[in-house]
Amino acid sequence: MISTTQDKLDNKHTKRRIEKLVAVVIALLVWQVAAMLIGEHLLLVTPITVVKRLFSLLTEADFFRTIIYSFLRIVSGFFLGLLIGSLMAILAGRFHIAKIMFWPYMVTIKSVPVASFIILCLIWLTSSSLSIFISFLMVLPIIYTNILQGIESTDQKLLEMTQVYRVSWLKKLKYIYLPQIKTYLISACSVALGLAWKSGIAAEVIGVSFGSIGEKLYESKIYYSTADLFAWTVIIVLLSVGFEKIVLFLIKRFFIRLERS
Amino acid sequence: MDIVISELTKKFADNTVIDRFSAVIKENQRTFIMGPSGCGKTTLINILLGLVPFDSGVIKGVPERKSVVFQEDRLCESFNSISNVRLVLNRKVDDSVIISHLEQIGLKDDLYKPVIELSGGMRRRVAIVRAILAESEILFLDEPFKGLDTETKKNVMSYLLENTRNKTTIIVTHDIEDVNALSGNVIAMDM
Repeated sequence: MISTTQDKLDNKHTKRRIEKLVAVVIALLVWQVAAMLIGEHLLLVTPITVVKRLFSLLTEADFFRTIIYSFLRIVSGFFLGLLIGSLMAILAGRFHIAKIMFWPYMVTIKSVPVASFIILCLIWLTSSSLSIFISFLMVLPIIYTNILQGIESTDQKLLEMTQVYRVSWLKKLKYIYLPQIKTYLISACSVALGLAWKSGIAAEVIGVSFGSIGEKLYESKIYYSTADLFAWTVIIVLLSVGFEKIVLFLIKRFFIRLERS
Repeated sequence: MDIVISELTKKFADNTVIDRFSAVIKENQRTFIMGPSGCGKTTLINILLGLVPFDSGVIKGVPERKSVVFQEDRLCESFNSISNVRLVLNRKVDDSVIISHLEQIGLKDDLYKPVIELSGGMRRRVAIVRAILAESEILFLDEPFKGLDTETKKNVMSYLLENTRNKTTIIVTHDIEDVNALSGNVIAMDM
């Protein structure tokens, strides 16, 4: 009975994957046909041209250096946002005054356009550290808001139980708070990771950071190289999605280990 | 030291839940608190646990270290029964001790399942073992047999008899048969 239910679930997942794959193939065909109809590479390149350009980029000397440059900065910004956002959420969850004091900063960061921050930060920072700061800034309110929401929705009855049994702070963190924020953290990271890449690359483009993916995108605009623009965009998407999958996998694994310990 | 409650009053807004209630709870004995629904039994337990403030009256002699089985199980859902017990242990207790208690109460086959996957009766028993193993001078049991079938209830009663000997234990119940089976003093609360 159980295996039949499992089989049905597996079949459902396989069916969904096939459906999605078909949708992607159709979208690529639509793109190919549209590009052929327009017939102007400057306006819209074909997916085949993009794939070819992608492979030729792989052989270029500074390809991996460019990727590592942007990856390290954007990922650093993300982890910095994760760390500081979590600490601020813990503080805000513990002390109401901290929540009030953080409120104007969070509202400002959330509502001000990222381009305004990038241009403002260009005055304060070097272009090489700009993407770290911008990624951090975009990740911070998402992590803060979600983790704070998780902390605030902690079951008060469980906390009363720990009060009676005089459970230590560390045990409360492990048994009550971490499982409580699990879903909030996963969804926050999922959103924040995508945003870290988008904003980080935007910062590199506007700041024209030397040796970054953003600089490559900027150059593709200068030289009207649509194939380069598309190829680098594909690389950004792959990096962003790949990194998101790894981080979410690690977070889920951490919680499984925690719950089994 | 006996717990002495004098003229205790507790109101929630305009509703007086406990009205000038007085009682003595004997040290190292079992005491049953009985009364109709809504008479304030759980509120009294929560006051004695220090979770709810009271409006007037005096309470003396409540020990510092307490353990409790609440009306709800209040377990950490994603952790197994052993971890749930370990959570409240401030001293080093070997897992084998926890396991032997859980086995004694009929949870042998479900030790490593997250408690969210356990039935209501099983969860109740985890909460009972947790309260028994926690280091305490007084034990509060608020309707401890809720959701247990007759056979399991018998087993849990003998477990409690064995583990609450000479311990100040306060049991909230509706069922006079619980008093007959476990024996102890009875405090009746009125509406």
